[in-house]
Amino acid sequence: MAMLEVTSLGISFGGLRAVDELSMKIEEGGLVGLIGPNGAGKTTVFNMLTGVYRPTDGGIRLDGQNLIGKKPHDICKMGVARTFQNIRLFSKLTVLDNVKTGLHNEITYSLAESLFHVGSYRKKERAMNERAMELLGVFGLESVADYQAANLPYGKQRKLEIARALATNPKLLLLDEPAAGMNPNETAELMETIEVVRKRFGVTVLLIEHDMKLVSGICEYLYVLNFGRLLAEGTPGEVLKNPEVVTAYLGE
Amino acid sequence: MKKFKKYAASKAGRDTLLSFGIVIAGYIYLQVMVATGNISSLLESLLVPICAYVIMAVSLNLTVGILGELSLGHAGFMSVGAFAGVVTTTCLAEAIPSAPLRLAVAILVGGICAAVAGVIVGVPVLRLKGDYLAIVTLAFGEIIKNIINVLYIGLDSTGLHFSLLEQRFELAEGGEMIINGPMGVSGVSRLSTLTTGFVLVLITLFLILNLINSRAGRAIMSVRDNKIAADSIGISTTRYKLMAFVISAAFAGMAGTLYGMNYTTITAAKFDFNTSILILVFVVLGGLGNIWGSIIAASLLTILPEVLREVGEYRMLIYAILLIVMMLFNNSPLKARLLEKRGMKQMSKLEKNGKEGA
Repeated sequence: MAMLEVTSLGISFGGLRAVDELSMKIEEGGLVGLIGPNGAGKTTVFNMLTGVYRPTDGGIRLDGQNLIGKKPHDICKMGVARTFQNIRLFSKLTVLDNVKTGLHNEITYSLAESLFHVGSYRKKERAMNERAMELLGVFGLESVADYQAANLPYGKQRKLEIARALATNPKLLLLDEPAAGMNPNETAELMETIEVVRKRFGVTVLLIEHDMKLVSGICEYLYVLNFGRLLAEGTPGEVLKNPEVVTAYLGE
Repeated sequence: MKKFKKYAASKAGRDTLLSFGIVIAGYIYLQVMVATGNISSLLESLLVPICAYVIMAVSLNLTVGILGELSLGHAGFMSVGAFAGVVTTTCLAEAIPSAPLRLAVAILVGGICAAVAGVIVGVPVLRLKGDYLAIVTLAFGEIIKNIINVLYIGLDSTGLHFSLLEQRFELAEGGEMIINGPMGVSGVSRLSTLTTGFVLVLITLFLILNLINSRAGRAIMSVRDNKIAADSIGISTTRYKLMAFVISAAFAGMAGTLYGMNYTTITAAKFDFNTSILILVFVVLGGLGNIWGSIIAASLLTILPEVLREVGEYRMLIYAILLIVMMLFNNSPLKARLLEKRGMKQMSKLEKNGKEGA
């Protein structure tokens, strides 16, 4: 059974059919790309997968469990984490606290312990710090742990967002244009990081991307969306040769 | 010692030490002034209100600065605490003869009643966002005031009686009215002192600063910084919004009891929209999310109008001008440059590290 099964998913905003009859299957441990021209509905798919939008038709199942109608924070608890196209960090918190907030449901203690700093507070906070620093280490961010997130340069903010998502210990990681706004060097570095993350955390990755080099370099399987409909699917080699996909991207 | 230095250098540590330092220094200074008789009777009468307003400002900062939602009805919770406190102390007058203990129980009851009011108001209100939320909190603040304005509570040998709109009960011989509708409360014994106020301020600071530097506090701040991202990492935003709002209301209630027990007469009209705005001014001038800023702003701006009485009719004019000056400073290029310098330092350090690494 596939880890994520999406069956004839569709959503309408008023008269606009943003996504229609989309079916996808992602196996555990896979690295799958979701590509398509601007406005194809890729981010809308992410928003439906994470419960931000409720689909009008179709089904989403994660390891056989239904995700439709669940709240975003419950879907996260079931093992789906994501990053955003326009970076959404907790800008006034420090880099370390951003990741510690991601650990919210991983390492827990009660409100009374929060208010009085008694019981397991110290032990749990120390565990949180260690775990967060370890995650920051994967992304080379330990040296900036005390900085306010808003003061980080762009590339590091992108990495921090991935670190925060990983802190929730997800089974499925959704990356929305992780390479947007990066130069070729940074993109190459990011490709490596994604590989490392996948191996080290054993997480399945679905990513939206425009950068064809990145997509063909690391993705094992691609889904191409155009005007909300599935245009093609297959390995990067097959898909990028597909005349319909070329037309969708470059025009007639 | 090394550990302490590291703690003092971190932002959380600096804020905590500063907040407690200011309060303790202020208390010692005032106690010395009172003991040596160097304090004007006017200022002396303000000591407890200062403590109450400091707690109000710190608790409102939890909603406005930490949670990031504008609330314009904070005085409503204060009045719930004040009147609940008066009823409690009157009922317990014989059961608990010790005045400080009775006050402590009253403060606790005041806090709990205000927290309940916080839940009742918070559940519907927190579904809204931004300006709409602010306007509805304003309405709820007025509703609370108006309900207390028509509340009649009396105590006699058979127990507690209460009615709304008009007095519909007769008190037995020896009974007394506690809350008398729009006339409010009169003839209460004053129980609050500077020391009780000081202790309550310390407790408030301890709990609120602890909350901010904890799992729940980070969750609350994450909702403020980015609600969608907070949702995406598994934080129930509704739960933490309500939590912050209710805790904020509870402390406002305790401050209300402290404040109410400092006067022999109180009326609901005292806790109106103007009081809510006054507390919001403390919070905004002290800096959103800045706890020690709230303490300073609340103390100074409570004393200022009284000190300015000397200049007679120009009093409110000067008060207003000072507010404008402080506001200008808060937004001035001077302050922005100071903050920028701190940010730049971090940036340049980052670049240096990067070069060494390369």
